[in-house]
Amino acid sequence: MSKKRRFNTSLGDQFLRLVTFLMAFSVLVLMAWMGWQMFDAARPSIHTFGFSFITSRVWDPVKEQFGALPFIYGTLMTSLLALLLAAPIGLGVAIFLNEMAESKFRAVIGFLVEMLAAIPSVVYGLWGIFVLAPWLRETVEPGLAKWLGFIPLFQGTPVGFGMLAGGLILAMMILPTIAAISREVMASVPNMQREAALALGATKWEMIKVAVLPYAKTGIMGGIMLGLGRALGETMAVTMVIGNRPDILPSLFAPAYSMAAVIANEFTEATYDLYLSALVEIGFILFGITLVLNFLARLLVWSVARGPKGGNLV
Amino acid sequence: MSIKKWRSMVWMAVLVLTILLTGCGGENQEPTGQEKSDSANLTGSGSSFVYPLLNQQIEEYRKNNPKISINYQSTGSGAGIKQVSEQTIDFGATDGPMTDEQLKSAKGGNLLHIPLTLGAVAVTYNLPSTPKDLKISPGVLTDIFLGKITNWNDKRIADENPGVALPDLQITVAHRSDGSGTTYIFSDYLSTISPEWREKVGKGTSLNWPAGIGGKGNSGVAGVIQQTSGSIGYLELAYAVQNNLSYAMMKNKEGKWTAPSLQTTSAAAAAATIPEDMRVSIVNAPGAEAYPIAGFAWALIYQNQTDKAKGTALVNFINWAIHDGQALSEGLHYAKLPANLVSREEGMLKTITFQGEPLLK
Repeated sequence: MSKKRRFNTSLGDQFLRLVTFLMAFSVLVLMAWMGWQMFDAARPSIHTFGFSFITSRVWDPVKEQFGALPFIYGTLMTSLLALLLAAPIGLGVAIFLNEMAESKFRAVIGFLVEMLAAIPSVVYGLWGIFVLAPWLRETVEPGLAKWLGFIPLFQGTPVGFGMLAGGLILAMMILPTIAAISREVMASVPNMQREAALALGATKWEMIKVAVLPYAKTGIMGGIMLGLGRALGETMAVTMVIGNRPDILPSLFAPAYSMAAVIANEFTEATYDLYLSALVEIGFILFGITLVLNFLARLLVWSVARGPKGGNLV
Repeated sequence: MSIKKWRSMVWMAVLVLTILLTGCGGENQEPTGQEKSDSANLTGSGSSFVYPLLNQQIEEYRKNNPKISINYQSTGSGAGIKQVSEQTIDFGATDGPMTDEQLKSAKGGNLLHIPLTLGAVAVTYNLPSTPKDLKISPGVLTDIFLGKITNWNDKRIADENPGVALPDLQITVAHRSDGSGTTYIFSDYLSTISPEWREKVGKGTSLNWPAGIGGKGNSGVAGVIQQTSGSIGYLELAYAVQNNLSYAMMKNKEGKWTAPSLQTTSAAAAAATIPEDMRVSIVNAPGAEAYPIAGFAWALIYQNQTDKAKGTALVNFINWAIHDGQALSEGLHYAKLPANLVSREEGMLKTITFQGEPLLK
């Protein structure tokens, strides 16, 4: 359809165009406005601490010292951990459901996996407190310390509540997103691709590797990035299991803290202006990190999408 | 309909929509009309600690005063202080007193602190053999929360508890991660008894904790304690009682071991010296009976009310809440205000005026 023709349509359509444009534009305005408002409210803190806000490790509301580094670290580490765990599993679930499972099986398991996304995060958090954390402390962490204890990540006393628990809870929460999207993308791969691969004598794994995954990789990336977005901003479940300690410790067993969690925890009782402002600045940084990561994700998806569609057999 | 008419209608519609969309950013002006009748709508917010009690008191009060409607939101003490200072609500409630600086910045003039109820903070623990009434001295408590005493078989704990088998078990300290009045009272106590704590950590609704892990809310801390063998933490007394957690006996100022209870909490308030403005910490109060980790929750009310109907309703309600309303406290595990204090509070309520005229008859 040429551009000219779109403008020559009826008045009703022009009206519709205007209204929908306003709606689309309002999203942009809302984003910019939110960013500005946060920046504005964070100004006292930015003014007081400057760049050291991002590099300082001290968070002491009593002595009016605020540094965000432990929270930034906690948010990035738990999200990374969650991605490392959830991406391969989510992909595996999608491959199984799409390519391996019988159809009745597929419907049931697919439904159950998607159900996971519908569980409220506070329920995940409660489960984390009462089941996950004790299990980590009694079984998983001592085991990891015994077999992998030479790595600093797996040293220290098992507490249960900590970085590992936060990462695991997040992994569970983003798994359905990754699995569901990957599955849908794979389902949209034309069957001719598969048939061609099979006709050439490929095994099932070769067929998936050559014909399905390369075709679906953009969408899979997109799904993983959506999962990352959820992990970065998740608040309730994380704060319930992460141990809420603003510290940077090498061990995954040690308590940590995330940006969203500290805002949720301390906002209502932030009794003086600088304190409130520091919390808003954390929100502003989280906003920025989310934007930057999403932008990078877009770039990644875009560069992957431009690559060749076919895969290599070897 | 001609095209011209159509077009003008469309433009009208667009205009209206634009105005609606852009007009939302305008100032919201609160109606300040004064009501002449007896009915009044009061809004308050603040301390989540008093919320269960205040809410029941409001319900009960409404039975006899159907024209008065009171809406209290548990937004946290910090938010309550902020909103009452900016006069967006009729009264606030807090469980840490306002600082002089905060009082100065209140927009409506002199703010009064009227004690509404009393709370105690229980030190709760989880040990395998579940010994009852473990005795923890102030020094030991401080060092546990400073991260200096790290094992239950430490000699200093054993010395206080002869005959109790204490396991070789790492101590896991649990504290509130959300800003809370409970943390305020607890850190107020530690700051009072330990210069080192005052120096290193201090008191506040949120702290830079030297040790331990944070749980969100009373329920979060209780969850950590219940799930972690060898843990110790602090909770609102009501919460510890309702969840059947073991709590420790504390040594009070007179050197007597006391368990947290409604009686020992009231005793602390009765024995403490309370200044004119009621902004006082009653931690480590004198008196043989007194439990040392206790504190008030206050209503924050402007001395000069700007609306007669609202002001009258407010002082009458608060007056009821500190007298008859106290009957509701026990069932909810709040300690009653001692009688000597209630009469002083009534005196304070009588100083609240509208255009120079006292509102409480």
